[in-house]
Amino acid sequence: MEQGRATMLAPACSRLLAKFRLKPARNLECRSWASAAQAGLAHSKTWPRYKDVYKGRIMLQRLTRRVSGTTVSMWLIGLVILAVVAYGTYKTLALGKYSLANWTDLIIYGVAQGSVYALIALGYTLVYGILRMINFAHSEVFMSGPFIGYFVATSLDQAGFLDRQPVIGLAIVLLVAMLTSLTIAVLLERIAYRPLRRAPRLVPLITAIGASFFLQYTFRGLFGSGIKGYPEIEQLKGTWPLAGGVNILKTQVVVIVAAVIMLAGLYYFVQRTKTGKAMQAVSEDKDIAALMGIDVDHIIVVTFAVGGALAGAAGVLYVLLFRQVHFFMGFIPGIKAFTAAVLGGIGNVVGAMLGGLVLGIAESLFPNLVLDGLGIPAPYQLKDALAFILLVLILIFRPTGILGERLAAKKA
Amino acid sequence: MKHHKVLSIVTLAIVVGLFMAGCAPAPAAKPFVCTDPVGCVDIGPKEPIRIAYMMVVAGPDASLGTDTKRGAEIAIDDKKEILGHAIELIGEDSGCNAEGGQTAAQKLSADPKIVAINGTNCSSAARAAIPIMCKAGIAMVSPSNTAPDLTAPDRPAEYWCYLRTAHNDLVQGKAMAKFAWEKLGVKTAATVHDGSLYADKLQQVFADEFRRLGGTITAQEAVAPTDTDMKPMLTRVAATKPELIYYPIFIAAGGQITKQAKEVPGLENTYLAGADGMFSPDFLKAAGDAAKGMYHSSPDFSAFGAGYAEFLKKHEAKYGEKTLAPFHAHSYDAMMMIFAAIEKVAVKDADGTLHIGRKALADALFATKDFKGLTGNLTCNEYGDCADPKIAVYETFNADPASWNPGAGPENNPRKIWP
Amino acid sequence: MQAIKVKSRFNWLLPVKAGLLAGVIALLLALVGIVEIANQRPVIPGVLSVGQTLLLLPFLWAGYRAVRQAGSGEEAPPRFWLFVNGALAGLLTGALLTALLLVGKWINLRTVFINASPELYNLLTMGAGPAGVGILVPMIAGLVLGVVVAAISLLPERMRGSVVLGLSLIPVLAILSSALFAGRGLSIGSAIAVFVAATGGSYLWSIMQARVKERINNHPAGQRAAQWSRWALPVLIIALLPLLGKYPSEVMDMVGLYALMGLGLNIVVGFAGLLDLGYVAFFAIGAYVMGVLTSPEIGWTGIHLGFWGALPFAVITATLAGIILGIPVLGMRGDYLAIVTLGFGEIIRLVVLSDWLKPYIGGSNGITRIPKAVIGPLEFGTPQTLYYLIVAGCLIVAFASVRLKPSRLGRAWMALREDEDVAQAMGINLVRTKLLAFATGATFAGLSGAIFASKLTSIYPHSFNFMVSINVLCLIIVGGMGSIPGAIVGSLALVGLPELLREFTEYRLWVYGAALVFMMLNRPEGLVPEARRRLELHESEVESLDESGEKHVTVPG
Repeated sequence: MEQGRATMLAPACSRLLAKFRLKPARNLECRSWASAAQAGLAHSKTWPRYKDVYKGRIMLQRLTRRVSGTTVSMWLIGLVILAVVAYGTYKTLALGKYSLANWTDLIIYGVAQGSVYALIALGYTLVYGILRMINFAHSEVFMSGPFIGYFVATSLDQAGFLDRQPVIGLAIVLLVAMLTSLTIAVLLERIAYRPLRRAPRLVPLITAIGASFFLQYTFRGLFGSGIKGYPEIEQLKGTWPLAGGVNILKTQVVVIVAAVIMLAGLYYFVQRTKTGKAMQAVSEDKDIAALMGIDVDHIIVVTFAVGGALAGAAGVLYVLLFRQVHFFMGFIPGIKAFTAAVLGGIGNVVGAMLGGLVLGIAESLFPNLVLDGLGIPAPYQLKDALAFILLVLILIFRPTGILGERLAAKKA
Repeated sequence: MKHHKVLSIVTLAIVVGLFMAGCAPAPAAKPFVCTDPVGCVDIGPKEPIRIAYMMVVAGPDASLGTDTKRGAEIAIDDKKEILGHAIELIGEDSGCNAEGGQTAAQKLSADPKIVAINGTNCSSAARAAIPIMCKAGIAMVSPSNTAPDLTAPDRPAEYWCYLRTAHNDLVQGKAMAKFAWEKLGVKTAATVHDGSLYADKLQQVFADEFRRLGGTITAQEAVAPTDTDMKPMLTRVAATKPELIYYPIFIAAGGQITKQAKEVPGLENTYLAGADGMFSPDFLKAAGDAAKGMYHSSPDFSAFGAGYAEFLKKHEAKYGEKTLAPFHAHSYDAMMMIFAAIEKVAVKDADGTLHIGRKALADALFATKDFKGLTGNLTCNEYGDCADPKIAVYETFNADPASWNPGAGPENNPRKIWP
Repeated sequence: MQAIKVKSRFNWLLPVKAGLLAGVIALLLALVGIVEIANQRPVIPGVLSVGQTLLLLPFLWAGYRAVRQAGSGEEAPPRFWLFVNGALAGLLTGALLTALLLVGKWINLRTVFINASPELYNLLTMGAGPAGVGILVPMIAGLVLGVVVAAISLLPERMRGSVVLGLSLIPVLAILSSALFAGRGLSIGSAIAVFVAATGGSYLWSIMQARVKERINNHPAGQRAAQWSRWALPVLIIALLPLLGKYPSEVMDMVGLYALMGLGLNIVVGFAGLLDLGYVAFFAIGAYVMGVLTSPEIGWTGIHLGFWGALPFAVITATLAGIILGIPVLGMRGDYLAIVTLGFGEIIRLVVLSDWLKPYIGGSNGITRIPKAVIGPLEFGTPQTLYYLIVAGCLIVAFASVRLKPSRLGRAWMALREDEDVAQAMGINLVRTKLLAFATGATFAGLSGAIFASKLTSIYPHSFNFMVSINVLCLIIVGGMGSIPGAIVGSLALVGLPELLREFTEYRLWVYGAALVFMMLNRPEGLVPEARRRLELHESEVESLDESGEKHVTVPG
């Protein structure tokens, strides 16, 4: 068995050497290693070491050149941005136009919005971790759930069920939305991505963009282009008082709590369950995972399913907050969630959660905090620009996101 | 082998295509002599009269274009035929941007059979399209361009073929400012726009007029049309303590502001006011209960033609959904105006061929007077502004979309309260 | 592709699968509304509409699949089974549509599916109406079509190809004529003529081509002519295209502008492997600098140049922007780069839209009255004249690309694309190389933007959205990454072809999306792939054979 695995790794070894364009002498080395493996003399575990030796040598060279003019200029740009931000913040606070309650409100709004971003971001990050691809169509997976859920919700509402049994009613809508999103995510993987598993990286990206358009306009064609308003749930209207005279909307509480529960559930699933561990293994190295007896195709399907279901749930939370569905509604949250995933360190589940929150709060807080002091009119028009500047800033100082890419050694 | 097949297809396609291009506009000798300075359209005895739409029917702003396109289609259903000729609607997606307008205009202007254009939706597309259409001599009536400069007295001479049935932003913005100052008696107001030409112009007109009347504008904010979380922006507005917020934007973002304004501390009792961009039952759906007490400026429905209710019924039966945006009636009127003008200027031969002079058609459109449309009595001025400028302010009393029935009577919702 | 062994003479599963799948596609086409819209356009007036043609496609596909798979066993099955297979698949496809009619009879589907209208039902039953026997029309049609497909499949190979070509050319020509020349479809006579000409012509060609080729190759004059025509023909076509008219030239103008951007992005993504999703930023900068420097509306600069005076500034500003963006992203890789560049594109759009800079660059009002380019008495005002300006731009940029590619810098870019670490170890200056890639790409986009501004004479922030970046990226990948002719072909395919689909304006992006997916699944290397990339893809196929031992390799011709 061991011998077989080693044999199968031999071509991979030569591929690596070919890629690094090493001299034939090295190639001989590889071949001799492969034949040793064939003879059962070498262990397949030695192969990663080969890889690392070559890579390590290059890394060392990189490190020695690290502190160069570019690094300095990058840091300079970063520091200039930081200084402007600090100056704006100081000016705003010095003006004292806003009370503490205002600032608390802004943070709460940000947290609610951020938890939705976090849930969507998980789908991006899970898929990215495993396939190294940006699943652009994930925003449509997010849109499809609440869209189909809308039809269920309105019929429940017309029957009066939603007012009588809001919890059960909401659970039904949630279930339908999650199932819809899950189905679309899995179909997407099966039809559009699986045949391209070994294609160059950009090819599945384009497929994803195409699938995204296709899904958007399919929904538009099937269900119309109008805005559909979700029914309101009586019990969720109004606010609950929070300490210090600040009130928090009931919907926001529900959204934040639900998001936390789901995030915790996912964390448990990935860290503790067998499937979750298999997912980690696959994201580490598909080939090795397959050699370990993991059904890679199955795990990838599971990943898409989990990401899809979470997106569907995020969609329902989103409509709890904003109560509108529309065929184009996935696009902006999708981009934001992807930004959040990168912000936190893509491929990193905890990072996606953190990234979502940071982005949500930044969008809500920063335009007022930073731009107001600089005297820029209508600062909320620029909130997306600000979010992206924050992203650049963080990536300048931490090139792999806040928490770092879990698989930093691997090349994206 | 493969390559040669492809090559042969291409060659054949080009040959046949050229052949057809050469044959398509086969002019037949007719006793009619065209004296129009710009030229004439000749419509054969069995040919339909071709009118084109130039609207945004794809992409994120598609609901605006789809709405006006449907208005045009219903107008054709209602009119059925002109002087014994069927009416044919073809069209182009002009997008909501200048390059879309230019591309669409280039294509439509190349079609010698097009009699008139209904479009564009967005003023940016119009600015690129108008010079091209006027060069080709094709009259153009827009159902939803509201930017003042398109029909301003100092508009370029190359806009001679352009008219619109949508009301000028100047009229609507001023009306709301007057209402806020005189009727509501507020002294401070804030405005919000969404980066669209329409909203930006309206809020600027409102702000200028409100200041002129003696009021204070406390904040001029902006959002993106795709934004959903408005509470941070509203918190900022709340800090300036305005008595009224004017946000002449569209349904999606407008609904969010209406709903969330009630949830932001400090704005619980602030008056909310919008414009016709979100004056539709869909807005009630989007905003929910918060829509109660909201003010909208919109054309005066008591002056609206009686056919409007019937129009809505036809719309629902034909398309299976409610109207999507506020300009379907303007589009319907634009079509009807064009039809009337064609009937006025068309010359019919013995064999049934119609001749329509292009300049004559445009002149007839500009001469439109007291035309009974769905949106009121349309009279065009010399710069192409045809809209009935009677703007009223409505208050919403009931947030149930089913109760949507704007008018002046006590049973109506939203109800006209000013002037 | 995969050879399925047919053990029994008749495998029920094949036609059932094909039929049901095609049925689902037909249902989707019907409910999404495209069939109904397309029904307004005739292919042959009174006989066949584009909508009906569209609805025929799933049936034909089902029949084709069923028949082909049945015929792909080791021993050819008797002809009778081919007919049964085709008929069954067609029948099932029709059955799903019949099911829709049945359900629609009892329930008002329109509350959910807005296109499930009486008109649609009428169309599906070919005007017979969903009451009574009409409901069976789709099934009967399916049956007939399945048999027809089986019959066609029995023709000898050459003839079959010619017949299929002849049939498919009719709707293609009808759409082309209405898209480009405002025609109204083909008359019955001309449809038959097209069919006969195409079928006969291609059949004859398939028989004669070997001989004709031989004659040409043996004759020195023929050889010379063949060589000349290889490049003279394209040149002639490019030079004479504007003769087709205003609208085709307008389309070609847009194609050209996108090709310009495509050639630029090709350097960033195709050569250097730096994934840039915010390429529109440089396009916007080029256009806005042109606008600000030339428009009489913008007074604060105190400068009013003409097109040619402002052009260098527009291009240089874009180049500088490329370098400024390049510095912070130097250390980032892959998808970090993608999202940061995406962000950069959005930042530029939001900033030009903002109230903050409105007094200087117009905000939502845009910049209008930008002058057109003028050389002496020649004004580049019409689409036809502009076309030559844009072609000139494309030629310069394409020439630069061609020269850059094999240069020292070009090779450094490609090394960077393959492996950054190794490239650095080989002594390539990463900083310089990356910045040069960004700067070159930005320069080309800036040029394109400047021409764009003068073409439109007015610019608005909404013209510079994320979709432009996506479009450019898609076109270089569809054309073939890293390939210079690929950028032009991709632009023709993704900017030019959708213009023809303007017929179905509302469904343009729907078709575009489906086409992107289809294209990537079937020809991931692009339409005109770079030689090296084709080899790579080919190599990976060989490898997958080595590793799994299952996948079959098809060598692309």
